[in-house]
Amino acid sequence: MSTPVIGVLALQGDVREHLVALAAADAVARRVRRPEELAEVDALVIPGGESTTMSKLAALFGMAEPLRERIRSGMPVYGTCAGLIMLADKILDPRSGQETFGGIDMIVRRNAFGRQNESFEAAVEVAGVPGGPVEGVFIRAPWVESVGAAAEVLAEYDGHIVAVRQGNVLATSFHPELTGDHRLHALFAEMVRAAG
Amino acid sequence: MSTQSTTPQAADTPATGTARVKRGMAEQLKGGVIMDVVTPEQAKIAEDAGAVAVMALERVPADIRKDGGVARMSDPDMIEGIIDAVSIPVMAKSRIGHFVEAQVLQSLGVDYIDESEVLTPADEVNHSDKWAFTTPFVCGATNLGEALRRIAEGAAMIRSKGEAGTGNVVEAVRHLRQIKNEIGRLRALDNHELYAAAKELRAPYELVKEAAELGKLPVVLFSAGGVATPADAALMRQLGAEGVFVGSGIFKSGDPAKRAAAIVKATTFYDDPKIIADASRNLGEAMVGINCDTLPEAERYANRGW
Repeated sequence: MSTPVIGVLALQGDVREHLVALAAADAVARRVRRPEELAEVDALVIPGGESTTMSKLAALFGMAEPLRERIRSGMPVYGTCAGLIMLADKILDPRSGQETFGGIDMIVRRNAFGRQNESFEAAVEVAGVPGGPVEGVFIRAPWVESVGAAAEVLAEYDGHIVAVRQGNVLATSFHPELTGDHRLHALFAEMVRAAG
Repeated sequence: MSTQSTTPQAADTPATGTARVKRGMAEQLKGGVIMDVVTPEQAKIAEDAGAVAVMALERVPADIRKDGGVARMSDPDMIEGIIDAVSIPVMAKSRIGHFVEAQVLQSLGVDYIDESEVLTPADEVNHSDKWAFTTPFVCGATNLGEALRRIAEGAAMIRSKGEAGTGNVVEAVRHLRQIKNEIGRLRALDNHELYAAAKELRAPYELVKEAAELGKLPVVLFSAGGVATPADAALMRQLGAEGVFVGSGIFKSGDPAKRAAAIVKATTFYDDPKIIADASRNLGEAMVGINCDTLPEAERYANRGW
């Protein structure tokens, strides 16, 4: 594959920051809100935002099923924060009717690091990302309670799992898109090229 | 532009309350609808409809207008009841310059504080020093200078003010257009001219320069004050708002759950008239609304704040 086209799920959330980070990682990035737009991309980023809102809008506008189908068939996906929640096979404490897309055999706890007062920045070492720790920006962030055998833990913070990869699916509790450090987006772009 | 450190120190000392964490929180709300609610039940309706956050308050602006008197911070019990009812972020309002109300809201664990002109101002000269808080603030603005002054004081999110509690979008349009137009004009200026522009805007030069370079505010910009229909919300989005606050428009209407969901849909697909049309069908009564040109000067909330 030459230059992969990576979509950013644009139902709600920090879409623009992901578009900028992907462009910096030499990918062609575009917004995806409709099933026909999903069909035109090689890979997808699920941004930060409100997971309940995203889940609702995805179901309402017919995005949830096509997305699950694409993920099952191997499309590379990267989710940050709310995106990590959407990629979990199971949520520990879902709101009524809240459904994820799945893709990683893991159980997540929403808002696990606390409310906004507890939101924080800290350096995080991520396996497979060379050049020292990344700046982890955690905003009302979830953590991963446990992962299945197929999932690889890439990072922990304070004893909690905050970055996971399973096959072509990557997820972080924190927001690299809010920093100028595009190494995780570069890692994802590399995964997309390898998959193509 | 911030007066705080935005870089984390070491792995073992997490930094809370940084500008990046505060502003980043608002980035997560983009493309969404923030709804005024006065009870835990309303908060759940809002969450089920797809709101990205709720604003917990005792009376919606339309009722504050009707009742008159001094409008203050809400009862902590009522705010905590709403915090417990939903998992989405909860915002609450303090009076302008009433930093003790803001301290109380922070201690309750609200996710964002709205230093709001909808409540009766507590200080006619000074707004609260928002850098002093871990909890981020959103503030209203009618023009670019006002927005940048609030950001200089530490606001991590701006909403154009509009005229709350009227159900009339005209002032929201005026204020958002004003902010966008003024940023557009800054972009045409050269470096020499930016100093004079800062003086005219009565805003710090660094923030004026940053807005000129970015072509936008350095924080997220939502629209507020008068949105009552899905088309109103989509209008504000098309005019450049990154999301909308809906106050009285939902729970003062005939079918709040349906209207709330419709406004969420229209906010996401703000550029798709077919979806907005579908969202607009059979919503029942909209809130009655007030013509802003018949509002006496003293009842214009947008004039509060400086």
